[in-house]
Amino acid sequence: MNIIWDPAALLAALAGGVLIGLAAAWMALGLGRIAGISGLLGGLVDGAPDRAVRAAFVGGLLLAPALYLLLRGELPAVQMMADTPQLLLAGLLVGIGTRFASGCTSGHGVCGLSRLSPRSLVATLSFMGAGFAAVYLLRHLLV
Amino acid sequence: MKHRAQAGQAFAIGLLFGIGLLLSGMSNPQKVIGFLDLAGQWDPSLALVMGGAIAVGLPLFRLAESRSHRQLPSWSGAPIHLPGKSGITPRLVLGSVLFGIGWGIAGICPGPGLVLLGSLQWPGLLFVLAMVAGMLLFRPLDKALSR
Repeated sequence: MNIIWDPAALLAALAGGVLIGLAAAWMALGLGRIAGISGLLGGLVDGAPDRAVRAAFVGGLLLAPALYLLLRGELPAVQMMADTPQLLLAGLLVGIGTRFASGCTSGHGVCGLSRLSPRSLVATLSFMGAGFAAVYLLRHLLV
Repeated sequence: MKHRAQAGQAFAIGLLFGIGLLLSGMSNPQKVIGFLDLAGQWDPSLALVMGGAIAVGLPLFRLAESRSHRQLPSWSGAPIHLPGKSGITPRLVLGSVLFGIGWGIAGICPGPGLVLLGSLQWPGLLFVLAMVAGMLLFRPLDKALSR
């Protein structure tokens, strides 16, 4: 294992994480609900109640890049790692999987772990473990 | 009016969440794959995203839980509904594993998918369309499986 230590990236990750934590806590304290992205979007797809709150949150996420651009002058670099069939398969698995698990990186990983929830810990270990395994398989065993 | 104020708050929360994702590097699939690639050039920085989020989340969610236990509402007046913490079921683990495989294939989870779409990244649109299709498939699939 070669480890990359990039102080600027570590600081950005920490700062971004703090903002994410604040947003999640604001959702709980301000609106009384979990800032779980798959759940909020999934409910919108399913036609669950409180459409306005769900749609507004998703709208905020969609417009965040525009605000970021306004504040900092440029968007961070993005490099895609998947081709079209892989993107479609990945999206499908993420959509189905997060609904079965009732949560994703935000709902289980951030909110659930912040609440010391055993259920969310199991979910987080499961999706992280599967993520490590999938990358190992795709980028080391199958190439 | 109350609903409009709640939606306004939700919009601001979404913006803040998205800015956090962009700043942290979570919305760059290359960084996510770099984090998940233990056997390659491992980039551990994204561990600090969850670390930072949980560090501020721990005390604030404690506060939310204590308000919820005392039957106090959220700031908007809406009741505080937090999901249960037990219930470790096969569907929790299986669903999480499916999600993790998808995450490992493309390096994109739901929030960053939406942020990439908002960045007008064409692959982000493909990913989000497939994710929404997966979410639409969930109910019929769940029904068929539980029969």
